[in-house]
Amino acid sequence: MKVLLVTLLAFGSIALAAEAPKSVKVDLSNPGPYFTGEGSDPVNSNCTACHSAEMVLAQPALSKAVWQSEVTKMMKVYKASVDEQDIPAIVEYLAKVRGNGS
Amino acid sequence: MKIMGNMMSSLDRRLFLRQAGMLGLAASLPKFAHAQQTIDLGLPGGNGIRTLTQAGEFPQKSGDLILQRTRAPLLETPMSVFDEGVFTPNDKFYVRWHWADIPDSVDAEAFRLTVRGHVGKPLSLSLKELMALPRVEMAAVNQCSGNSRGFFAPRVPGGEWGHGAMGNAKWTGVRLKDVLDRAGVTAGAVQVRFNGLDQPTSQDGPDFMKSLGIDHARDGEVMIAYAMNGKPLPLLNGFPLRLIVPGWYATYWVKMLSDIEVLDRPDENFWMKTAYQIPDRPFATMKPGEQNVPTVPISKMLPRSFVTNIPADSKIAVGAPVKARGIAFGGDCGVKEVSFSTDDGQSWRSAKLGADEGKYGFRRWEAEFVLPERGAHTIKVRCTNAAGESQPDQPNWNGSGYMRSVIEAVAVEAV
Repeated sequence: MKVLLVTLLAFGSIALAAEAPKSVKVDLSNPGPYFTGEGSDPVNSNCTACHSAEMVLAQPALSKAVWQSEVTKMMKVYKASVDEQDIPAIVEYLAKVRGNGS
Repeated sequence: MKIMGNMMSSLDRRLFLRQAGMLGLAASLPKFAHAQQTIDLGLPGGNGIRTLTQAGEFPQKSGDLILQRTRAPLLETPMSVFDEGVFTPNDKFYVRWHWADIPDSVDAEAFRLTVRGHVGKPLSLSLKELMALPRVEMAAVNQCSGNSRGFFAPRVPGGEWGHGAMGNAKWTGVRLKDVLDRAGVTAGAVQVRFNGLDQPTSQDGPDFMKSLGIDHARDGEVMIAYAMNGKPLPLLNGFPLRLIVPGWYATYWVKMLSDIEVLDRPDENFWMKTAYQIPDRPFATMKPGEQNVPTVPISKMLPRSFVTNIPADSKIAVGAPVKARGIAFGGDCGVKEVSFSTDDGQSWRSAKLGADEGKYGFRRWEAEFVLPERGAHTIKVRCTNAAGESQPDQPNWNGSGYMRSVIEAVAVEAV
């Protein structure tokens, strides 16, 4: 019954779709959270031009070598503008907050 | 909070109030945060707690979406939404962007879709011109290549999604074939490349583009959609135009589609040649640590099914009839059968299927059951698609966390 109702609603509203869509303006200005705590400065200054912190902090516990490869990937593949001198500190921070001890 | 009985919102049980600052991961308080609601995705090895969005936090989106990342936006649809019906509402439909440079406005009059390259007559189509072409509509599942990555064991880096990086919508638009025919594809065309309005946020970063083979592009099923569930697409889902590639993973469903280029050679751009590669094996599976596995670009989806009304660790009354329900999809073809088990897959019976809204969409299933004895039970659901392919007993695995397909299990306790 519920499936039927949903179906009818979906078909019913399709009829409205023929008009050209109106212009849209939205707000995408929220930068989202930054990295915090000891050692976070180089991470914020090198990483958050492209992305906020959440997905990084949601990673499973990863080895330092994997974190190193993630930073390398951001630079080599995605052309992130990372200061070479900051790389060890960035990897250190990531291995501290989301490391597996190896 | 524990809820007795058999019918409950998964959110009710899993939500709890928690200060964002208590996550222990030192996320600074975002703009909207005071006390934030969170959800536990139950990922193996932990770190599965995510904040839920508040209404208005993301444009044209409801609250209570699972916040994976604010910028570039990654929003997940909670399983409870899939319990409400087979079509996923636009304001609850998941969101995934690679680059954060997304236009925050689109002028519907000025917008043009260009078609160029190996064609007789390059086109620059306004939305009105595009919409004058024959209109088609189709229900189709859009699923991220990495949906359910958080359940990979061993875990892999990437977007740590639960099962909600997917949605099903009724797409309205035009056939890509009709657009290509109007431009007149010339002899020697090999692939068709699609680009959207989003841009890299780093200098020289690879612009996100995807390509389809010329025959696939002209199969009459691949669409350019201007509406989703009867309404213009939310900007974060690709307003004003999105490529619809039924049966294929969402990486090909280019959002804010603005440019189509017919190529006379295989596309070697990063997003086709290097990214989104899978082991060239059935179910894209390999062993952790295995070396030199041949790869191919990801393509067709695999069958999947989910219980949507019984969250993990639910308590169910012994001896009482309970109705389980959920959704299934065949991948690149329809659903032939959904099977249901309450004894960890030792015995199976057919679930009752809901209305067929189209072979590429979600299909509702229902099954009534009784748990005769107290204690732990494992509920399982299995989809077999029209090609005879079923979700496997053992999970597939690859280092990118793509294409999860396995019989999903729900642990419950009869009390």
